[in-house]
Amino acid sequence: MSSVAATDDDAGAGASGLRIGEASRGRQVSFLFDGRPVVACEGEMIACALACAGIRTLRASPRGGAPRGMFCMMGSCQECVVRIDGRMTTACQEPVRDGLDVRGGTIGNIP
Amino acid sequence: MTASERGFDVLVIGGGPAGITAATTVRRHGGRVALIDENVDAGGQVYRPLPPGFPRSSKPTSEQRAGDRLRDALASSGADTFFEHKVWGVAPGFRVDAVGPHGAVALSAPRLIAATGTSERVIPFPGWTTPGVIGLAAATILLKAQRMLPGRSTLVAGCGPLLIAVAAGIVKGGGRVAAVIDVASRGEWLGRLPALVSRPDLLARGARWMSTLRAAGVPMLWRHAIREVRETASGLDAVVGPVGPDGAPRSGETCHFTVDSVTVGNGLTPASDVSRVLRAKHRYDLVKGGWVAETDGSGRTSVPGLYVVGDGAGIAGAAAAEHHGAVAGLAALHDLGRLDITVVRREAERLGAKLDRAARFGRAMAGMMAIRGAQVTAIPTDTLVCRCEDVTRAEIEQAIDDGAREVNQVKAWTRCGMGPCQGRTCGDVVAEIVAQRVGGREVAGYFTGRLPLRPVSLQAVTGDYVYADIPIPKAAPL
Repeated sequence: MSSVAATDDDAGAGASGLRIGEASRGRQVSFLFDGRPVVACEGEMIACALACAGIRTLRASPRGGAPRGMFCMMGSCQECVVRIDGRMTTACQEPVRDGLDVRGGTIGNIP
Repeated sequence: MTASERGFDVLVIGGGPAGITAATTVRRHGGRVALIDENVDAGGQVYRPLPPGFPRSSKPTSEQRAGDRLRDALASSGADTFFEHKVWGVAPGFRVDAVGPHGAVALSAPRLIAATGTSERVIPFPGWTTPGVIGLAAATILLKAQRMLPGRSTLVAGCGPLLIAVAAGIVKGGGRVAAVIDVASRGEWLGRLPALVSRPDLLARGARWMSTLRAAGVPMLWRHAIREVRETASGLDAVVGPVGPDGAPRSGETCHFTVDSVTVGNGLTPASDVSRVLRAKHRYDLVKGGWVAETDGSGRTSVPGLYVVGDGAGIAGAAAAEHHGAVAGLAALHDLGRLDITVVRREAERLGAKLDRAARFGRAMAGMMAIRGAQVTAIPTDTLVCRCEDVTRAEIEQAIDDGAREVNQVKAWTRCGMGPCQGRTCGDVVAEIVAQRVGGREVAGYFTGRLPLRPVSLQAVTGDYVYADIPIPKAAPL
């Protein structure tokens, strides 16, 4: 049975204990968040995969620079916006895919 | 090039229970219909499906079965569906502009049914923007559609039926619920029982959730609310204190919960973006969740050809939404001269009884989720109200001191509600703050509907184009 729980470092997706019925999930997928490798399972949204990897801060707020992350999970609040290949998108609505290069959504943070 | 228009008889925005039955009803009577939704499949928030790649349970819940039934009906109806399409524009007449995986699409039809559901109201408290604090509705989506716990230990707070739904879901998923914090009293819930017996199946489900929580020993704190959440080395420190029936904080012992996740929601507000953009008449209705388009029994608004159905027309729940959508589908076809009144009456009569029964249950639940004004009064002045633009309550109050009498003035002066969420997150709370100063919700008003309804990139809207193809209008005479 393939399980992401077997990954060995903090970039692994299984250490969080947040996935319900983790052992029977689909294929493993890996992508980058701000250059850091993250392992997830097929079908997961980027925001969820990141939360399972212990990454909850996805951007800084525009005026106060305070940490922000997933909040409404339905594409309404725009708090989980990240940048994928230069495109701004809500991480709660974007499924993980192998090799994605995801960056935090802080405005003015274009590398 | 930009999208060329595709024509239909009826367009439906939103693929929840109301949108699905609106579309299938139109199809069943021979109308050409397109349904547009931003998710990967139909179901809305309540009937969200598991994503591909996730194992299906051998024992699906009644909710999963209901969702599958609706999705099957839509798939076999012959309706054109546009999933993963974000609607950014609606125009009179009607034209709907959306951006999907393959670029921009433009759809047109003489009838438009808005089935856009709700968004969640969260009454701000210091620390509500901290990552790890999420909405109650968000938690239901995590549990249902991602099979994920919000945290290893979670505080579940706010009001309404989502509290016990989420808490029981976490327990069943193997997580720990530190406590359930409910603004309502146990007595308030008991007072709703007579209305709830109209749907014994849903009432029984609530009882099962409660027994799950009792068996797990989850503490229930009635008449309490979160005062503050702080990030500490050991997790999130949530301060919880007693409140009165109106939601105002009361003196008394506060308690602390150290958790790694807080889920909080203070009710649902109808997503009225589409009817606001199209300038339909709206009215404020506390129990329906806020400002809603004025509609007749079939969802007809003050704008000819525009219908609003489901929770977007006033919170009444998924069970009612399903019947409401069908009624509006019949009305839309009849208004087009495509369906005989005797057929409409026959079907509407059958649907009407079910709708009434379901709506009775839904409205009793909605009553538990109505905004409690004193809870808004108690928001500390240095607390952020508008998350998008980092606007504090103090800045909103300053704008009112300076003469703002209406929410759009507050928006123009402070940028509150002007950010990427278009005021969906803060709108109802800002309006309540203003209303308490200017003499009511009708005076305070609501954020005028503006495009784009969702942030989209200009590139996605324009697509690839050749500069020479851009039409140059004739210059104005000198």
